Amino acid sequence: MDAIEKNLLEQVADIHGVPEGAYNIRANGKSAGRNVTANIDIVTKEDKPGIDIFIKAGTKNESVHIPVILSQAGLQESVYNDFHIGEDADVTIVAGCGIHNCGVDTTQHDGIHTFYIGKNANVRYIEKHYGEGDGKGQNVMNPTTLVNLEENASFEMESTQIKGIDSTDRVTKGVLKDGASLVVREKIMTHGTQFAKTNFEVELNGVDTKTNIISRSVAKEHSSQTFLSKMIGNNQCTGHSECDAIIMDRASVSAIPELTANHVDASLIHEAAIGKIAGEQLTKLMTLGLTEKEAEEQIVNGFLK
Amino acid sequence: MLELQNICYEVDDKNENKDILKNISVKIDERFVAITGPNGGGKSTLAKVIAGIITPTSGRILLDGEDITGLNITERANKGISFAFQQPVRFKGLTVKDLVTLAAGKDINVNEICEILSEVGLCAREYVDREVNASLSGGELKRIEIAMIIARGTKLSIFDEPEAGIDLWSFNSLIKVFEKMHQVINGSILIISHQERILDIADKIIVIASGEIQTVGTKEEVLPVLLSQAGGTEATCKALADKF
Repeated sequence: MDAIEKNLLEQVADIHGVPEGAYNIRANGKSAGRNVTANIDIVTKEDKPGIDIFIKAGTKNESVHIPVILSQAGLQESVYNDFHIGEDADVTIVAGCGIHNCGVDTTQHDGIHTFYIGKNANVRYIEKHYGEGDGKGQNVMNPTTLVNLEENASFEMESTQIKGIDSTDRVTKGVLKDGASLVVREKIMTHGTQFAKTNFEVELNGVDTKTNIISRSVAKEHSSQTFLSKMIGNNQCTGHSECDAIIMDRASVSAIPELTANHVDASLIHEAAIGKIAGEQLTKLMTLGLTEKEAEEQIVNGFLK
Repeated sequence: MLELQNICYEVDDKNENKDILKNISVKIDERFVAITGPNGGGKSTLAKVIAGIITPTSGRILLDGEDITGLNITERANKGISFAFQQPVRFKGLTVKDLVTLAAGKDINVNEICEILSEVGLCAREYVDREVNASLSGGELKRIEIAMIIARGTKLSIFDEPEAGIDLWSFNSLIKVFEKMHQVINGSILIISHQERILDIADKIIVIASGEIQTVGTKEEVLPVLLSQAGGTEATCKALADKF
């Protein structure tokens, strides 16, 4: 693995070298390392690119890292990863994709991740997207995350994309059975002429299901973002989604909620706030000795922290 | 020492020129100076003029003899002016620790931050990692605002109505913060207030009304006049609370 690849790996997975526990590193369309443990097995798919990850019932406090890095300009791939999480498991899964594109062609990674989460299992899923490179080629990532939650299972997702991805169209769908819970925290920053679209769709089918979708984003320069959140309450449930965006320069942000309640005890809320940095925030930090630009950076960094 | 020379500030209100500040000239070199006067009299505007947030129409501002009239907010902050807002600003994502560290202008460790927070009566451990957002009460925000000024430790600290928007209980403990600050501060405090207990610890009181300085003097000179105008001791609270 060269310096560029090592840096990508660090950016998307916070790991230096080989991670602990189970892992599968995919570099430029090929496997670049794999480790399985007594409780976590990783198997390459036969029919299409991707892997199956099997986590045994009752596995506690283990983690799986599955970073993907692309440093070969112009490479385009769709990868299907399926996660089979056994009942009562409690695990952390760290995914992420880093692209270094120094060519003129588009480099694209579309990861389709499907989770089958057994009863009472808890999954923490961390996903980071990062792009770099001085070429004219576009860095494109279209992640799809499909989450199927059995009774009383929970899934907590943290998704971060703050640099270098020219275009993204991300889809996150959840289907929840009785007592299940889905929480998503998303952070996005776009600049230049980048475009980001995020599309959430959650079906609250079981009794006492819960979902909370929180998106914080910053759109700079000429970039644009669209945030769609669709919640369908088919039972006694609570759903909350929130889009909080800072808009700067000539950027544009749309927040589009779609709430459907098919049950009298479904309680669904959407909140959206889009606006520029408040002038008084800048003024306050300037009275502490920061320049306007430094104040702006602090406010944006804090907002996306 | 801060010196204001013939400060005027006019705004265009419905095509009519309105004088917000009229020819204000005053020197501030005492340790604790209070500005008081009726609402809408120009006190907050004057504080913002000193901090560089508002540019005066005419006049000069000197800090230790140096003309700072043309300097912006950041430059004045770096010359040693601090300003605590009447309405503290909320920040999504920035924590108490972030703001106090930014105020200090250097990396300070958690113990130092805790010490500053304790000075303003906040139980430090609970607050260090709290976001300075809508989850904090008005009183808590005021204390954090003051903590930032302490962390800066500059030669001139301006407070715009630190008592505004907080309950009496919080105010009673806040007053102790100012009493202590009065004793230990290295530079000058300029405080806009309507509270008798704040005015009572001032070395000098400036009364501003209708954009003009009405009176400047020691508390012994100014306070009895203010109180008699307000109608005696019983009415003091009302008079001061109602801002005359």
